[in-house]
Amino acid sequence: MTRRLALLATLLLALPAATVQPAAAERLVVSLSNHRVEITSNFTGADLVLFGTIEPNKGATTTYRGNYDLVVTVTGPQQTYRTRRKERVAGIFVNADSREFVKVPSYLAVLSNRPVKDITAPETLRRLQIGLDNYILTQRIGPDFADTVPDDPFRVAFVRLKKDQKLYTQSPTAVTFLTRTVYRAEIPLPADARTGTYNVDVKLFADGAMVAQTQTALEVIKTGFEQYVAEGAADYGFLYGLATILMALAIGWIASVMFRKD
Amino acid sequence: MQIYLPIADLPVNIFLILGLGLAVGFLSGMFGIGGGFLMTPLLIFIGISPAVVVASVSPQIAASLFTGFLAHLRRGTIDFMLGGMLLIGGVAGTLGGVWIFTLLRSVDQLDLLIALSYVTLLGVVGVLMVTEGLRAISRARHGGRADLRRPGSHTWIHGLPLKMRFKRSRIYISVIPVWVIGLIIGLLGSILGIGGGFLLVPMLIYLLRVPTMTVIGTGMMLTLTTMVAATVLHAVANHLVDAVLALVLMVGGVIGAQFGVRIGQNMRGEWLRLLLGVLVLLVGLRFAVSLVLTPADPYSVRVVRTQ
Repeated sequence: MTRRLALLATLLLALPAATVQPAAAERLVVSLSNHRVEITSNFTGADLVLFGTIEPNKGATTTYRGNYDLVVTVTGPQQTYRTRRKERVAGIFVNADSREFVKVPSYLAVLSNRPVKDITAPETLRRLQIGLDNYILTQRIGPDFADTVPDDPFRVAFVRLKKDQKLYTQSPTAVTFLTRTVYRAEIPLPADARTGTYNVDVKLFADGAMVAQTQTALEVIKTGFEQYVAEGAADYGFLYGLATILMALAIGWIASVMFRKD
Repeated sequence: MQIYLPIADLPVNIFLILGLGLAVGFLSGMFGIGGGFLMTPLLIFIGISPAVVVASVSPQIAASLFTGFLAHLRRGTIDFMLGGMLLIGGVAGTLGGVWIFTLLRSVDQLDLLIALSYVTLLGVVGVLMVTEGLRAISRARHGGRADLRRPGSHTWIHGLPLKMRFKRSRIYISVIPVWVIGLIIGLLGSILGIGGGFLLVPMLIYLLRVPTMTVIGTGMMLTLTTMVAATVLHAVANHLVDAVLALVLMVGGVIGAQFGVRIGQNMRGEWLRLLLGVLVLLVGLRFAVSLVLTPADPYSVRVVRTQ
């Protein structure tokens, strides 16, 4: 706890990533415990910590006395996915129908201090794309692009499968207020998080209305042997194949020498 | 101990994979087979994507085949002329197989093709092996001598044009069926993740009358090459070869095979065949069940593109 407070103190002194919202009475100051996450081979996931304070804006005449609410939305690099559904055809189960989810985040975390539906009105949640149900996941259905209703079976299945992989999460307890204006949020990052830039969007609510918003970003970099192999396979297919087969032949040859019977 | 498979994108227990390699290597040494048709299904059953499995077992099979190939090379039991002709068909078949693999993967029907092919292939081969094994056992019980089918009678295959003399095997036969057999093995090998020795050897013996002396070594020359080609082509076309998975399997397989060979030498041939037949049938049945039963989750997600 003392270390955490010490860290907090340095962060507060440094006041990084401050964004000024001119019209509002409040502004958000945030900083991440780590802007660069290195995923090594024995990485089993990590919790990044976002710290911040709510500062009164210069010249603000009114001050809010109630409790603030905070929603942090973290989005990972975009990817296009296909969600497939098996159906029984002639007695056996085959992938019959599918939907493509075009350029959706590979990682999506919605973190708040209490359930988002209690923070503000449903239409505000929809407009600001807060929550897994309200985040726009563009589907391609034939030639058309559209986001469907939250209870579309393909959308539900896609979100559920991503949640199972811990790549999509929604937590109403991940944000905690240390005091009325000092908060911290834990961003859970699973081991198979994609490399790239992750955008962190922080929205502050007072009495159900958004009063301040700020953004920051973090970078996920993978290092280590596995990443080296994965990159080799993706970028240098021919050389990778050649190296793999040479390794195979070498092992076959070693076995032949070691266990030679004739 | 968990290791992360970089291409399968999956953490697995290294001892589970090593154990699978050992077990299949043991069986392959015992029965004198490559073991791809057991290894591929088992890896699929433990939850690795069929596409990654098929692409990654190819180098493992190549490693075990290369050991065998070198032994035959030393004994001089390889018909290079016949092997070379088989290779022409084999490489063409591998190219075709990888192309079909890539095409079906893009329309999400690859897993279906793999499962259906395994049900058919293992079902037919398993039934043949079990009946043959039972017949051989009952023959042995009744004191009869094992029926050695003698190559000699001519079939329509011997009437085909483009005849060639294969000196080492002492056969004079058209190259057309040789190419076709190579093509079939190349196609099946690259789509199903098998060497195909268990199909190739009977075809060479019964259709081409290749003598038993050269059949194994010459067959290995073909299957080794198709597996080498399949590894490189899968790596180029689909980027699905998991070298870490392949390496662990290879190490297990090579060690397991050495123990298998010793046990196999002390077992009666007909019992061995019956046992293998039952094993093949069981794996085929498992695939059939997975196709017919309602899946636990009908939905699945696949990455199409990375932006």
